[in-house]
Amino acid sequence: MSKENILAVENLVMHFGGIKALNDITFNIKKGSVSALIGPNGAGKTTVFNCLTGFYKATGGHIRLTTDHKDTSVIQVLGEPFQPLDFVSPMAFIKRLKYKMFGGSHLVNRSGLARTFQNIRLFKEMSVVENLLVAQHMTANRSLIAGILNTKAFREAEEEALQKAFYWLGVVDLVSHANRLAGELSYGQQRRLEIARSMCTNPELICLDEPAAGLNPSETEELTKMIRILRDQHNVTVLLIEHDMGMVMDISDYIVVLDHGQVIAKGDPENIKNNPKVIAAYLGAEDEDEVGL
Amino acid sequence: MDSSIDFKKSLIDSILAGLMALVLFGPIVGIVLDGYDFNTEYDRVAWFVAIVMVGRFGVSCFLQSSKGKEMLFKRSSGDSGGVIVTSPNYKSQMIWIIPVVILVGLLVPFIASKYVLTVVILGLIYVLLGLGLNIVVGLAGLLDLGFVGFYAIGAYGLALGYEYLGLGFWSMLPIAAILAAIAGAILGFPVLRMHGDYLAIVTLGFGEIIRLILNNWADVTHGPNGVSAPLPSFFGLEFKRRVADGTTFHEYFGLSYDSGFKYMFIYLILFLVVLLVLYVKKRLVKMPIGRAWEALREDEIACRSLGLNHVLVKLSAFMMGASVGGIAGVFFATYQGFVNPSSFTFLESALILAIVVLGGLGSTLGVVIAAFGLTVLPELLREFAEYRILMFGVLMVVMMIWKPRGLVRVTRTGFATRKGALK
Repeated sequence: MSKENILAVENLVMHFGGIKALNDITFNIKKGSVSALIGPNGAGKTTVFNCLTGFYKATGGHIRLTTDHKDTSVIQVLGEPFQPLDFVSPMAFIKRLKYKMFGGSHLVNRSGLARTFQNIRLFKEMSVVENLLVAQHMTANRSLIAGILNTKAFREAEEEALQKAFYWLGVVDLVSHANRLAGELSYGQQRRLEIARSMCTNPELICLDEPAAGLNPSETEELTKMIRILRDQHNVTVLLIEHDMGMVMDISDYIVVLDHGQVIAKGDPENIKNNPKVIAAYLGAEDEDEVGL
Repeated sequence: MDSSIDFKKSLIDSILAGLMALVLFGPIVGIVLDGYDFNTEYDRVAWFVAIVMVGRFGVSCFLQSSKGKEMLFKRSSGDSGGVIVTSPNYKSQMIWIIPVVILVGLLVPFIASKYVLTVVILGLIYVLLGLGLNIVVGLAGLLDLGFVGFYAIGAYGLALGYEYLGLGFWSMLPIAAILAAIAGAILGFPVLRMHGDYLAIVTLGFGEIIRLILNNWADVTHGPNGVSAPLPSFFGLEFKRRVADGTTFHEYFGLSYDSGFKYMFIYLILFLVVLLVLYVKKRLVKMPIGRAWEALREDEIACRSLGLNHVLVKLSAFMMGASVGGIAGVFFATYQGFVNPSSFTFLESALILAIVVLGGLGSTLGVVIAAFGLTVLPELLREFAEYRILMFGVLMVVMMIWKPRGLVRVTRTGFATRKGALK
C-alpha cells in the first residue's frame, strides 16, 4: 500500500490573466512519505499548494487525490464550467451543477487533505480549544435540536471532540495554554496550533506551507520531530514547502524543485543536492554570465 | 503597586467635572420658564454641581486606591481587544441575577402603568431585533444593513395573513419566522459569496426593495395606507371590548374591560419569547454551528481549509437571524395593531445595527442593555425628540472612541483540562 500514490498531479497549469504562474507541473506523492516542495522565491510553490487544496481553480491539468476512503478529482469538486456533453447526460449535468452550487475547497479537505498557511490563519479571538473544536465540525453532532436541548448524545459527542482536541494539544505541547486566546500565543505556538487544528480534521495528507518560517533552530528541531510523529504514528503523508534547507534535507524522502512555474528536478535529497539545475536555480547559472558588461 | 492617593489630581478631576456639570445643568435646571419670562434658580444648580463634584472626587480617590486600581485593571480591555476566556470553574454572578430579572420581568405588567408597559414592549421588540442581528453581525460577522426587511416580512406576514388567509397571531408566529428565514435564504444564497462591503450594499438594497414593494404593490398591501393587524387571543378569548360571536377575555373572567389587558398579554408572551431566544442564543454559541459562525467571522479562508462550507454556514446564520427578526415583526404588528411601510425605513436598520454595535458584537447582555437604552431613553426624553438622531450620532462617536468593542465585553467559556484520547 505504501507504494501507492496519494496525490497525483498531472500537467497542472495555472494562469492569472496573462501571467503563467505554473506550466505543466507533474509530480506524484507517495503514501506515507514526507515530501518537500522547494524553489526560489516566486517559483510558484504556494500557487501549487493553493491549487492542490482547492483555493485556486487550476487552469488546466489533473489533480487526483486518492485517500483510503475516497478518490477525488480536486479540480472537479471546485465546480467546472458546463461541457456540451452535460446537456445530453442528465447525471453528469446534475453532478456538475451540484459542484457548481455547493462545491469548493471545503470538499478537498473533507476528502482528506488538510493544510496550514504561510501567514498563520487562526481564529484569533477564540480560545485554543475552540480552534480545535471548529476543525471537528464535520464529525461533531450538528443537530440543532440536540444542541439546544443539550441532550445526552450531544454532550457525549462534545466530550469526545474535547478529548480529541486535548489529545492534539498534548502532541503539540499546548495543553497548558488550552484556555488562552489563539491570538495571544507566541508565533511558534501559533504555528503548532495550526498544525494541530488541521490534524483535527482527520487528514491523510497534510500540506504545510513554510512550517518552520520564523522559528528558532530548537523550535525547528521540535517541528521536525513532530512531523515524524505525524507520519509514523498517525499515518499521515506530509507535503511541505520550506526554505530551511537543513530541515528539508533532513526530513524529506522526496523533493520536488520548482523554478519559474516549472518542475526542474525531483528525486531524493541526495540527487537534488547534486543536481546542477537546482544549484543553478538557487545560485545563478554560470553560463549566463555573458549578460554582464 | 503604589497606593498613595494624589489628592491634587482628584481635585482637578472634580473641578473639571464640576465645570462640565455647570455647563450642562445651568440651562436645564437653573433657568425655569415662567410664562413668557424665566426665573433663575442658582441654588438648585449649586446643589447639582456640588453633588457632581463630590461624587467625582470620591470616584477619583477610589480609583487611585489599590482596590480601585485592581478594578480598573480588570475592566481595561488590554491587548486582547476585550475578549477574555474564563477559567473552567468560573461561576458567573448571573446565576443569582437571572431569576430575579425573570421574576421582576413577570411582575412588570401588574405593577407598571399602561404607558410604561407599551414602552417596555417596544424595548423588548428591539431586544429581539438586536439578538437576531447579533447572530448575523456579531457572531457570523456579516454586515447586514437590510435587517428591517425581515422585520417587515414578519409584521406584514401577520397583517396580510390575517386579511387574506384568516390566520391569527398564534399560527403566524411560527409561520412568520419560517417566511423570514426563507426570505433570508433566497437573499442569502446568491449574495453570501460576497464579502464585507459588497454584502452590506446588497442587503441595504434588499431592505429597500421590501419597503418599496410594500409601498407600491397597493392591490395586496394597501400601499402607504397600511393594514391592520390582529391581536393575540388567550385560548380563543379575544381582548377586544366586544366580539360578534363568542366571549371576550374580560367577559369570561368577569372583569371590567381594560385596554391594558392586551398589552399585559402581549408583554408576557413577548417576555417569554425573548427568554427563549436568549436561551437559544446561549446554547448556539456552545454548539458546533455557533462556533462555525464565529470561526467564519475570524477567518473565512481558514474555515474553508477545515472543511466547513462557508456559504452554508453563512446562510444558516442569515436564516437564523432573519427568523428572529420575523418574530419581532409579528410582535410589532400586533402591538401597534396596524402596520404601514413607513415603519420599515433604512433608519430602523441603522438603529438595530447601532444596538448591536453599542452592546458589543456577539455579546448578549450588551445587546439587551443597548436595546433598552436606545429605545426606552428616547421615549422617556420625548422633549428632545428633534435631537434624537444628533444625540445618537454623538453617542456612537463617543462609544467608538472609548469602548470600540461595545458596552459589555465578550467572555468565552474555558474548558477543563482532560486527558486527551482519540476515538
